[in-house]
Amino acid sequence: MFAPQFGYHRASSVAEAGELLRSNPGAKLLAGGHSLIPVLKLRLAAPPALIDIGRLAELRGIAVDGGSLRLGALTTHAELAASPELQRHAPALAQAASVIGDPAVRNRGTIGGNVAHADPASDLPTVLVALGAAFEIAGAGGERTVPAAEFFQGMMATALGDGDLLTAVVLPARPPGQGQAYVKFAHPASRYAVIGVAAALTVSDGACTAAAVAVGGLVPVPLRAPSVEGALAGGPVAADALAAAADRVAADLGDDLIGDVFASAEYRRAVAAVWVRRALEAAAQAA
Amino acid sequence: MVKVPVAVRVNGRLYEREVEPRLLLVHFLRDLDGLTGTKVGCDTSQCGSCTVLLDGMTVKSCTCLAVQADGAAITTIEGLAAENGALHPLQEAFWNQHGLQCGFCTPGMIFAAHEILRTSPDPSDEEIRHGLEGNLCRCTGYQNIVRSVRAAADAMQEGEG
Ligand SMILES: Cc1cc2nc3c(=O)[nH]c(=O)nc-3n(C[C@H](O)[C@H](O)[C@H](O)COP(=O)(O)OP(=O)(O)OC[C@H]3O[C@@H](n4cnc5c(N)ncnc54)[C@H](O)[C@@H]3O)c2cc1C
Ligand code: FES
Ligand code: FES
Repeated sequence: MFAPQFGYHRASSVAEAGELLRSNPGAKLLAGGHSLIPVLKLRLAAPPALIDIGRLAELRGIAVDGGSLRLGALTTHAELAASPELQRHAPALAQAASVIGDPAVRNRGTIGGNVAHADPASDLPTVLVALGAAFEIAGAGGERTVPAAEFFQGMMATALGDGDLLTAVVLPARPPGQGQAYVKFAHPASRYAVIGVAAALTVSDGACTAAAVAVGGLVPVPLRAPSVEGALAGGPVAADALAAAADRVAADLGDDLIGDVFASAEYRRAVAAVWVRRALEAAAQAA
Repeated sequence: MVKVPVAVRVNGRLYEREVEPRLLLVHFLRDLDGLTGTKVGCDTSQCGSCTVLLDGMTVKSCTCLAVQADGAAITTIEGLAAENGALHPLQEAFWNQHGLQCGFCTPGMIFAAHEILRTSPDPSDEEIRHGLEGNLCRCTGYQNIVRSVRAAADAMQEGEG
């Protein structure tokens, strides 16, 4: 399959990428290409030009600064999964990165491209919503930071506008006593998430003192699950309590569920609580 | 469309070409110099038969533009054996353990296996299976492929020890 013709520009700095975006209306940024190249080959998009940011070293790497982590937009899934800092301070994100696609996909795909593409079947957005991440964006009007709850706006729609470039993802480091987990029902062929659940539970003396839970894959935009979180807060982390809390997810899913030939919306709705329970059990275990 | 110059080292030899920006790395490689060992299976990044090494790490070359490989070193299956023709331990192992039947998936499988051993020199069977998730084989049923990777890991560790 051949993509439609497009022009090619390689940016040598974030500033130059911004200038190229402004001087080439309709152009698309190219990071790892593992969502964009398939889209171009299927001719679902025909941008006049690509602006390759794949070599910008300033957008790469993981930095720990006190209580927060800063992940450069070009950090690959393989780098996230293998990072000892991430395994320690945001284990759910490292786990999610380690089950994306396959090793070759993880070598090329980047966190910035993953969240900018905002495919509902992606893994990282669900974790970033649960952990309360924020997104640093460089645009024509300067730099701004957008919280996850506002960044993901719809199926493949984000707060990124024309001329915007995502530079980094920032998230809080795991507080003491918090266990995190990401579990996923992977599509057997593509490995994308049919359902993905991220959970972060803070446990003290056998009781849950704080809970953050997000579900993705079955909804257009990853959602927090306030009913599940409310049922957990202050209660024990025993198996029956976690299962009862997981069952509450039905109230958080809303009416707009995704279904396809592999898994209907009804099926996903029916099994959602099972995957939430597994995530809660794994997070409680890790606490 | 304006062509773009690229310089790519393939199996140790430097090739300089002018390419259309949309040219996929897999077609660049296959049309370069008779290097047709790299296969196009699905053409949708699922099957792994187009897998090659880019600066030592696997990439599915149907999902990479030739312009993205500018300045990089690529290894295709033709470049894996030693210069004197001695097979790489992975090639030996796939041969000895019957890790192939028709052979279509084999170049990609061997590089997927190469990536497993690069990141985990003594992998468990579970790690091997997780590492092969991006590669499909229509013939072998995978058992002998897992066995081949295991055998290559043993041979390579012995080689070092
Ligand atoms: C076979 C296969 C299986 C996969 N399985 C999974 C899976 O299981 N789970 C999962 O989560 N993902 C999966 N993916 C997607 C993968 O994670 C992609 O790598 C990712 O979604 C896109 O990242 P990229 O760097 O390749 O971005 P690109 O493809 O280069 O770009 C994607 C989009 O984001 C824009 N963009 C890129 N970087 C920036 C930036 N810094 N600022 C603003 N916009 C930007 C681009 O313009 C483009 O519109 C899979 C992909 C393949 C091919
Ligand atoms: S041809 Fe590239 S993954 Fe199938
Ligand atoms: S040996 Fe035939 S496809 Fe694998």
